[in-house]
Parts: sequence; structure tokens; C-alpha cells
Amino acid sequence: MSPAATAISTGAALTVRGLTTRFLTPAGPVTAVDNVDLDLAPGEVLGLVGESGSGKSVTLRSLIRLVRPPSRTTGEVVWDGRDLMKLPEARMRDVRGGAIATIFQEPMSALNPVLTVGRQIDESLRAHTRLGSRERRERATDLLDLVGIPAPASRLGDLPHQFSGGMRQRAMIAIALAGEPRLLLADEPTTALDVTIQDQILKLILGLRERLGMSVILVTHDLGVVAQTCDRVAVMYAGRLVESGPVGALFAAPRHPYTRGLLGSVPRAGTERRPLLSIEGTPPSLAAMPAGCAFHPRCSFQTERCRHDAPPLAPVTPDRRAACWHQDRVLESALP
Amino acid sequence: MPDAGYVLRRLLQMVPTLTFILVVTFVLVRLLPGDPLSAIAGDRVTDAQVAQARAAYGLDQPVLVQFGLYVKRVITGDLGRSLIAQVPVWTLVGQRLPPTLLLTGMATGIAVALAVPLAFISALRRGRASDLVIRGAFQIGLSMPVFYIGLVLLTVFSAQLRWFPVGGYGDGWGDRVYHLFLPALTLGVSLAAVLMRNLRSAIIDVLGAEYVDFARAKGLAPRIVLTRHVLRNALISTVALLGPTVGTLLGGAVITEAVFAIPGVGRLMIDSIYGRDYPVIQGLSLTLALVVSLVFLLTDLLQAALDPRTAG
Amino acid sequence: MTAAEDVLSRPRQHRPRRRMRPPPINWTFAAGAAILLAAILLAIAPGAFAPYEPTKFDYKAILKGPSAAHLFGSDNFGRDILSRTIWAFRVDLQIALFGTLFPVLFGTLVGAAVGYAGGWAQVVFGRVVDAVVTFPFLVLIIAIVAVLGPGLINLYIAVSTVGWVFYARIVAAEVAVQRRLDYAAAGRVMGYSTARILLRHILPNAITAAIVYWMTDMALCILLGSSLGYLGLGAQPPTAEWGVLIADGKNYMRTAWWISIFPGLAIVITGLGFSLLGDGLADMLRPRR
Repeated sequence: MSPAATAISTGAALTVRGLTTRFLTPAGPVTAVDNVDLDLAPGEVLGLVGESGSGKSVTLRSLIRLVRPPSRTTGEVVWDGRDLMKLPEARMRDVRGGAIATIFQEPMSALNPVLTVGRQIDESLRAHTRLGSRERRERATDLLDLVGIPAPASRLGDLPHQFSGGMRQRAMIAIALAGEPRLLLADEPTTALDVTIQDQILKLILGLRERLGMSVILVTHDLGVVAQTCDRVAVMYAGRLVESGPVGALFAAPRHPYTRGLLGSVPRAGTERRPLLSIEGTPPSLAAMPAGCAFHPRCSFQTERCRHDAPPLAPVTPDRRAACWHQDRVLESALP
Repeated sequence: MPDAGYVLRRLLQMVPTLTFILVVTFVLVRLLPGDPLSAIAGDRVTDAQVAQARAAYGLDQPVLVQFGLYVKRVITGDLGRSLIAQVPVWTLVGQRLPPTLLLTGMATGIAVALAVPLAFISALRRGRASDLVIRGAFQIGLSMPVFYIGLVLLTVFSAQLRWFPVGGYGDGWGDRVYHLFLPALTLGVSLAAVLMRNLRSAIIDVLGAEYVDFARAKGLAPRIVLTRHVLRNALISTVALLGPTVGTLLGGAVITEAVFAIPGVGRLMIDSIYGRDYPVIQGLSLTLALVVSLVFLLTDLLQAALDPRTAG
Repeated sequence: MTAAEDVLSRPRQHRPRRRMRPPPINWTFAAGAAILLAAILLAIAPGAFAPYEPTKFDYKAILKGPSAAHLFGSDNFGRDILSRTIWAFRVDLQIALFGTLFPVLFGTLVGAAVGYAGGWAQVVFGRVVDAVVTFPFLVLIIAIVAVLGPGLINLYIAVSTVGWVFYARIVAAEVAVQRRLDYAAAGRVMGYSTARILLRHILPNAITAAIVYWMTDMALCILLGSSLGYLGLGAQPPTAEWGVLIADGKNYMRTAWWISIFPGLAIVITGLGFSLLGDGLADMLRPRR
């Protein structure tokens, strides 16, 4: 079935097929996102997990065609029945910040340091709504209130550096919400925050998901965050999707060796938090990918086949997929 | 916009600077070779007149009193009399300052009009042909002495093509702008080269900033992203340059006025240095120092308007 | 961050300099060097290249335009502009050298001392420098020349008196940064004398910036010297100096534009040579990542 048809039949909010992004570097073309497929149901929180350099951030930006040149993004991204990849740029701008909003990791660098927060909210409101200036001011105040910033009206005239770390992140979320998005793309929104604030922000995002009926794609390298907030999760390695499925099932019984390695640290109730199990070796340079399965040099299950044939992301159950020739062996050696 | 408190604070900061300037100009005359009195009073005077001037200028008083008298005179606008022209210095300065101000003002305008768009194009098309051509052209402009640029422009546009007058100042504002166009272009080209280099670099830095990505992610129109986010932030560091370059601009104005025969303050300065016309040198230095301080104040205010963080 | 995002440049970092093999020469440096070598050649042996004597009057060839006999034309005395321009290389390159030599040496020493001392010395010095730098340099030079009298020697004195400040500022800033870096502290811990730390470790790094500025300064010095020559305050006629040559032609712009225009080209090309050399040098000496 065509992606658009799939979307309609399953009622999916977002359907991504074959998303590929290549950078043109002096050393040659580098594939940062390799043939990624994603499905997102309305109101669902999808976690996109991987180490630094796995391509998860680039994937997020590729969805809304925000990758910096020189680069090329291909594939299909069907949102609301339309393929975003085929939209003219002007229409795409309506979607960005409107139906699909984005928040970044570090608000101190993502917010313009010389414009007030009120101004930065106002920009979005002007671009995506038809409110008059007084109404925009009221709406901006409401947004700050919605994200839990006290005395919101007085904070409109403040500059980003006048907010504390957690408040800044909330302000960024408020800006993102200005266009009344139905999908929120969150690129490591809590990585730069300390643990208690992290918790608050995640609860905020989940709360907003409930109130506003938003779907969320949450990019992170922290499996604890995934466990806390996500309904489904997709694991990325070296630009490729290696496994995806519902959080509970995937965490209980991982089918890919990389996922299994990562899961050495998922906290269970009643136990202490342990540091991430380190997997031997380091991720490959995107400019010099190994043949066959990208993970095989670090994999304890690898065989001859893995060195030559890259395993496809194959569906195991309707909502569970994994890209490994030896999923069964991985399952057997599951963590207790 | 910077708030009233900041403006007030900056104005107050000017007081020590102005005091410093007054002290320096006061000392200037005392340091110059020869008897300051004969310098002020002239050569062909009698002893009685000398004694009279000595008393009038308070030269028999202690230095601090002299300084006090000096400050008092300055505040009331009495800058002395020119030895050469035998008119009050204030009159001379009043005649010659406007052409120079108009010249430098126009030059700055031309420089900004050239530098900003070209810096943008150069930064956005970094490394490509247009970038190299623009940078190459400006590099050549920087390597040309101001008087040469002026002569070339004069030769081509006045002498040969007869589009512009061959120097002079003209009558009435419109005519004056017409006369000063080539000189302002001469002066503006060098300034534009300095501004463009800095602005291009600043734009390139800002283009890589994450808040530009965030602005795009909000779906803002490219025009808005480029002006409100890129240009404004890039200008912050370039505006800081405007202050220090005013000195070079004045130096260039001296030369430009010489080439185009403009009756400005530059010519006055050279003539009075040569003619040992100390009252004029002193009064002129004071006036120019004041103007430069004002320029610094204005650039600071402009910078605070662009970057509210500095107004704190 | 993906590997591809390394394409974007990162800020320059200071690193301790060890004995490394000389950095590869880049095109900018080569171009600048080529121009300057040609200029030096012309300065050393103008007679070998100039077709005529620079002061030779020729009443049969007054105000002639560029031609085979006179490539750059001739002036109102029949003198060959090309020859005069070539002979002026000697004078203007001298200006570039002597106008900057004292400032480089003195300024670097003072700057290093101030930068290393830090504290009050640096603050006061900074203020003084700011005041001097803001003051119109040209006016200052003219004032000094007016007191001393016109001529090249006085020009060198005037420029040296003020010009060292620019070097001192640059070197002081660099030294102040270097002083805080770990390896200088390590040197102190190991008991090296202040002089040794300064000379062997800090100065080589700080001096790079001064040398790069020196190149630009030489170009600026030629601009200044020729400006003063034009105004009659620098080299005095009949000395062939580009500014003087240009002034010779200022009354003939309508009738004999070549008198002024061609010497100016020499200024531009020589200035470009210094700028390219300086830029190329800066790129080469930048610490490699």
C-alpha cells in the first residue's frame, strides 16, 4: 500500500517511509539517516533513541526539512494525508511551527538572546494565527501560564538569560505551542537539565499531550526518559533504525543486540539506578561504514552473514520490528 | 530601546571623558614650544599689551586657577581668537564644521548602504564566485589611499564625464549634497571595506547559531529570519566598530577635503597647525573631541538598542 | 551532533607551540610573496628596469599619453612616468620598512611586559591605548610633522612615536591570554625564570599576531607616506615617491590623467602584496586542529 493509503487506513498521524538524508562533505557524501520508517499514532509519544551520532537529531530535522545544506533529504513523510517532502516551501513553512512544532535541547542557544521571550512567542503567533496585537499578548500570557511559569504577564518582557534553566525550557515549549501544534518534535529536551527539573519538564510534556491531544516524537539517549514517558520506541544506530515497538514489550524482550546492550540500565522500581552498560567499541564513522550490518563489529552474536548482508527492518509482530539476523538468539539471552 | 536609566548613566560617564579632554587641550597650549603668551597675543604687541593679556588670561595665577578660568571661558563659548584670521575661533569652527559633518555623515551612510547588502551576499554565498569577487573588490579598495580614490573618481566622473563638479562646497542644501557626493563616496568606500569584512564574519558566525535553526523551525518567513535574527545579531559586533573607526574617518576627511577643496574642518586643522594658530588648534581639538564623544555615545546607544543585554 | 556537522568551523584555540615542521605554504602567501619580491627587485635595481632617467626632462615629449615610447605617458616636463614610478619603489618600500621597524620592536617589548605584568599596569595601559587609537592617526602625524618640519626622517619619527602603541596592544592581549594557560604555570612551577618563560614559551605565540599585523601595517604605512607626500609633508620633490608623483598630476586630470593614475596603481599592487602576505601568513600560522 502507498504510504498515504497506509496512513488513512491505520489512522496514523505520521507515516514515514524511506527517509534518507545525505550530507555532502569534503570527504564525500555521508548518509546520516538511512532509509528510516516510522509510524506515529495520534496522541502517541514515540521515543527515538540512540547514542550521539546515531542520526536521531538529523532524523527529527529531516521530518520538517530543516537540515542544513549542503544536504539532500529523500523519502516520504505523510502528515495529515499529505507528503511533506513534496510540499512547496511556502506551504512547508505553514506546517513548521504550526501543525508541527519543534523544541531543541539547549534553550540558551535555541532562543535568540537579544529578543524578549514575549517577542519570540509573538513571532510564532503572527506567523500562524490571525490574532490582533492585544489578543496575541493575552495568548502569549496564557501560553506562559500553560507551561507553568509563574507571574506570566510580567515575564513577557524578559530576555532568555533572565530565566532559570528549567523556566527557559518551559518558555521554549510555550513558544512551540503558539502555533497550536498537533505534533511536537522534541530534540533531547531534558538532556541539559538536572534530574528534578527533567522530571517536571517531562510531566509537563505529557500533561500537554493529554490536554491538547498532541502526538510527540521525543529524541533522547536516556532510556530512563523513554521508560517514563513513551508509548512506543524506535532505536537508531549509525543512521539506521534497528528496532522499534511498544516500550513495555521492547524493554522486556529486546530483539536487537544493540538494544539489549542499551537496556542494561533501565531502572526497575525498587532497584538502584545503574550506569549504562558499556558496549565494547565505538559507533562507526558515518563516512566509513562497515559492510553488512552496521553493528556487527561490536556484536557478540555476529556471524559471517552479518558481515556481508545488512539485515532489513523486518516486522516480527504487526507493531514490532527488528533488524537482526539472529533475533531469536538475542531473545533467548534476554535479561532476567 | 535602552531605558532612560542607561542613557542617563552613559551621559554621566561622558563627564570624566570631557574633563579629561579639557585638561589635555589646556595642557596642549602650555606644552607647545615658545611662550604661550606670545602665541595667544601675537607677535606685534607692546609690553603693556603683553601685561594686559597676561592679566586677562590669568597667566600670573596658579595653574589650577588658570584651568578654572579656561573651563569657564569654554563653557561660555569663548574659545579665543584666531591669530591668523583674527576672528573668534568659535566663528571659524562654526563655519567649517558643517561641511565636514555633512561629508562624514554622507560617507557613513554610503558605507553602510554598501557594506550591509554586500556583506550579506558575501556571507550567504560564502566560498562561491560572488563572495570572492566582492571580497576582492573591497580588498583592492582597502589598498588604495583615500586621496587616490578621490583623484580617480574626480578624473572619471568630473574631469572626463562631467557628471559632478570638480570639488567645492556649493550653495544651499541640495547643491551641497551634490557637491559632496563624490567626496563622500571616496571616504565611504574605505569605511565600507572595514565594515563589510567585519559584518560578513559576524553574519557567518550567526548563521551557524541554533536560534536561527529554531526560528526556521517556527516556520518564520526567510525575510524575517534574515533581518530580525541574523542581521540584528550580526550588527551588534559591527556597530561596536563604528566608534573606533571615527578617528580614521576624520583622518580621511582631512585628505578628502584637500583633494576636493572642501572648506571643512580638516583643512582648517592643517592650516592652523602650520600657522601655529594655537587658539584655533585648541578650540578645534576641543570641538572635535566633543563630536567624537557624541559619536561614541550614539554608537553605544545603538548597540544597547540592538542588544538589550548591554543596557542591563 | 553528527560527523557531518564538523564541516562547520569551530572557534580558534590556543595551544602550546612545539617545534613542528614548517606549515605548508598557501596560495595567498605565495601570491603576496611574489608581488613583494618583484617590488624588492625594482627597489634594489631600478636602473635595470626603468627605460629612462627619472629626472630627465624631455621637452619634445611633454604631456604625451601612454605610447610605445612612454608606457605610462609623460608629464609636463617630459619625464617618463613609468621610470619615475619604478624609481619610487625604493623610496616607498623604505617608508614601509622604517616606518614600522621601531614600532614593531618597541611595541612588542612593551606589550609583552604589560601583558605579563597584568593588573593595574594592564588596565591603565589599556585606557591610554584606547585614547590614542581613537585619535585620528593622520592628524597626529601631521601635527608632529608640522612641528618637526616636512621630510621623510621626520615622518619616520612621527610614525614611530605613535605607531608602537598598536603593536603593544596586540601583544599585550596575546601575552595576557598565554600567561593564564597551563604550560606557563607549569613553567613557573618548574622554577623557570620569568624571562625564560616569556622568551621561550609565551613570546613565540604572541609574536605571530604582531608579525601578521606588521604586514598590514607596512601597507598602511605606504598609504600614510604617500598621503603625506601628496600633501607635501612627506617626501619632498624632486624625490620620486608615489604620493609626490600623484600630486604632480593633480592639476592635469582633464588633460593628462596618466600622471596621477599610474603611480597610484603601484601603491595598490604593493599594498595588496603586503595584505596577501599577511593574510596568508595568518592562515599558515594559525594553530592546526
